[in-house]
Amino acid sequence: MPGFPGNNELQKAYDTSEDYPDLSKHNNWMAKVMTKDIYAKLRDVRTKSGYSFDQAIQTGIDNPGHPFIMTVGAVAGDEECYDTFADFFDPVIDKRHNGYSKDAKHKTDMNPDHIKGGDLDPKYVLSSRVRTGRSIRGLALPPHCTRAERRAVEKISVDALNCLKEEFAGKYYPLSNMTEAEQEKLIDDHFLFDKPVSPLLTCAGMARDWPDARGIWHNADKNFLVWVNEEDHIRVISMEKGGNMGRVFKRFCDGLNKVEELIKGKGHDFMWNEHLGYVLTCPSNLGTGLRAGVHAKLTLVSQDKRFDDILDKLRLQKRGTGGVDTASVGGVFDISNADRLGFSEVKLCQFVIDGVNTLVDMEKRLEAKKSIDDLIPTEKKN
Amino acid sequence: MFSFAPRRLIIGAVGGLASLATFSYYKSNLFPTCHARSQAVRRYPPSADFPDLKKHNNVMATHLTPGIYARLRDVTTPNGCTLDGCIQTGVDNPGHPFIKTVGAVAGDEESYEVFKALFDPIIDERHNGYKPWDKHPTDLDFTKIRGGNFDAKYVHSSRVRTGRSIRGLGLPPACSRAERREVERVVVDALGKLKGTFAGKYYPLSNMTDAEQEQLITDHFLFDKPVSPLLLASGMARDWPDARGIWHNSQKNFLVWINEEDHTRVISMEKGGNMKAVFERFCTGLLQVEKLIREKGWEFMWNEHLGYVLTCPSNLGTGLRCGVHVTITKLSKDPRFNDILEAMKLQKRGTGGVDTAATGGTYDISNADRLGKSEVQLVQEVIDGVELLIQMEKRLENRRSIDDLIPPKKVTCSKVY
Repeated sequence: MPGFPGNNELQKAYDTSEDYPDLSKHNNWMAKVMTKDIYAKLRDVRTKSGYSFDQAIQTGIDNPGHPFIMTVGAVAGDEECYDTFADFFDPVIDKRHNGYSKDAKHKTDMNPDHIKGGDLDPKYVLSSRVRTGRSIRGLALPPHCTRAERRAVEKISVDALNCLKEEFAGKYYPLSNMTEAEQEKLIDDHFLFDKPVSPLLTCAGMARDWPDARGIWHNADKNFLVWVNEEDHIRVISMEKGGNMGRVFKRFCDGLNKVEELIKGKGHDFMWNEHLGYVLTCPSNLGTGLRAGVHAKLTLVSQDKRFDDILDKLRLQKRGTGGVDTASVGGVFDISNADRLGFSEVKLCQFVIDGVNTLVDMEKRLEAKKSIDDLIPTEKKN
Repeated sequence: MFSFAPRRLIIGAVGGLASLATFSYYKSNLFPTCHARSQAVRRYPPSADFPDLKKHNNVMATHLTPGIYARLRDVTTPNGCTLDGCIQTGVDNPGHPFIKTVGAVAGDEESYEVFKALFDPIIDERHNGYKPWDKHPTDLDFTKIRGGNFDAKYVHSSRVRTGRSIRGLGLPPACSRAERREVERVVVDALGKLKGTFAGKYYPLSNMTDAEQEQLITDHFLFDKPVSPLLLASGMARDWPDARGIWHNSQKNFLVWINEEDHTRVISMEKGGNMKAVFERFCTGLLQVEKLIREKGWEFMWNEHLGYVLTCPSNLGTGLRCGVHVTITKLSKDPRFNDILEAMKLQKRGTGGVDTAATGGTYDISNADRLGKSEVQLVQEVIDGVELLIQMEKRLENRRSIDDLIPPKKVTCSKVY
């Protein structure tokens, strides 16, 4: 959170019931899961890095509800949070990820050879993108990290990225020292990320010390991009115009696997465990942290009253083309996997490939004024 | 059920320690207890954590040295406040176009003592040469005021505000929800006992009806969740609107804000130019509230060096801003206007508040100083200054010179910029 870390010693003089947040107007997963007993148990507990439960839930208290989506309302300040505050995070994860028990195991599969198909119709699919995040084990996460830790994340990531070769060879642009020319170029390429303005993020403390140790790395071909120290330690993005999701995913896996090899070579690891998969700041991104998506022109099918149900059955999610907080424009939707945890990367990317193919078939049918009834999925994919 | 008395003993003890600490500031060879921060943090030397302040222009950035940071990074106040917490707002807000901001806040009363190596030079600069050994005079005897009834043709409204903090409770950047609710309880309990022209009512922000909200907006009393990044970055807006509210008397000229930027902000105001009456009401109301909280065993944060202790170092001392909305269309266009104000230790703002610009020749004119002069002195300076501004405006309206009225520049202590 902004300002002070959560080690208010005088707080213990008050009974936990006096500190219990007023959640009567709230609608997020934190508020739905929170009870006086959970709060009483966790208020005075700290992780080894000094992060408190109050800090974890501050963003959910300060942001009662979002009009478009049910927000999580809690973040992790370090890897340990998910364990130290398991009494809280387990039910949040279970609800946010459509049923995930605390004993469940998450499968990781970053092998692009397991993908079938993946060359989507470019007449409808305008662009394809895969992103995820990774956290460097041993360093606190963006809500809680010190400036020194954040700078260490930058150094470790950039050292590794600068060793990449061939299609992955690229350059790092720190936000602090960007020239006007570089900034213009990055804006034109739609690569530049700015200081977060969403209160969901600022209330969690992720924007502290901006733009210190933040930056953008991309390869010469501008189709493999890494954000350093934005909402997560690193966000890795593979993208290109058109519909070749298969190629985008392969580049994604190859690049990320190389980066992991390089940081391991220096004695570092990504945060990962067999229950939660890759550990990231927001519980919504646990598991794969993966969002594979397209910008697709689905003017007719999106107006069908069954559209939302179709997406749900295909395990897909729609967004506006401006990102998570936006609405769609001109019949073009951002369509991506709805799940993050409990399915591997390959499986989720396959959902998107298969699902978008189905949606495009539907769109073509409707253009030809034919029925799509036989294409409607009857049960949820798995 | 909680037990009230034992907690207050603890709070009282901490408060007592705090006042002992601050009274002995200039003889102190205290080394603040080095509470262990996490192993992970101390793995890095302070130099690795030193903020990048190259593009910064605030008072904190001017005075924070790697040496000071190294000595204080791992130190906490008894309540757990850290230097990083105090300076976060200054790190996140490099500079303001209109004014040089302070760039640091206190998380609790002890912050000013434990982090004095940084706060002393900040206070020195911000308050035009206030030294660590200086004493601050407090004087709320309104009977000493001379004049103060301005020509209503020029002065549209008169207002005096200050802040008060409840000793023993964390300040808005760092307080817990329980502490914030305690502030609300203590203050509202006292305000509820005020009588006569001070009798009034409390409107908590959480449970306001639409009708109440409309009325408070119409009266220009309603304060909203802060949007200024200067405030948000310090953590003052956490848990909004929990334990925030507005209290005012039925005559609507004595108003208290609870848990906005400070524990309390006390405002006396009215339309027109009767600043004398405004200040009398201000002092009377404030002293009554203080008496009432003392009866319950509470007190305001105060010491003889810093006066009243508030969240922002700029409000230390009196925390007092005494101001008018005055129309001085001709004078404000005179090239000497800013120098005249400076010579009179006055400050101009737009009529929308600190972050705004003036419209149509009407300015908010108030005292520039807060610390080192008493409330009575500051209000008298505003009264004398505004009278002179009005006199100058009248001269200019009659196309006569104001040369003989221009005040000489006052000699002040060395300014460290």
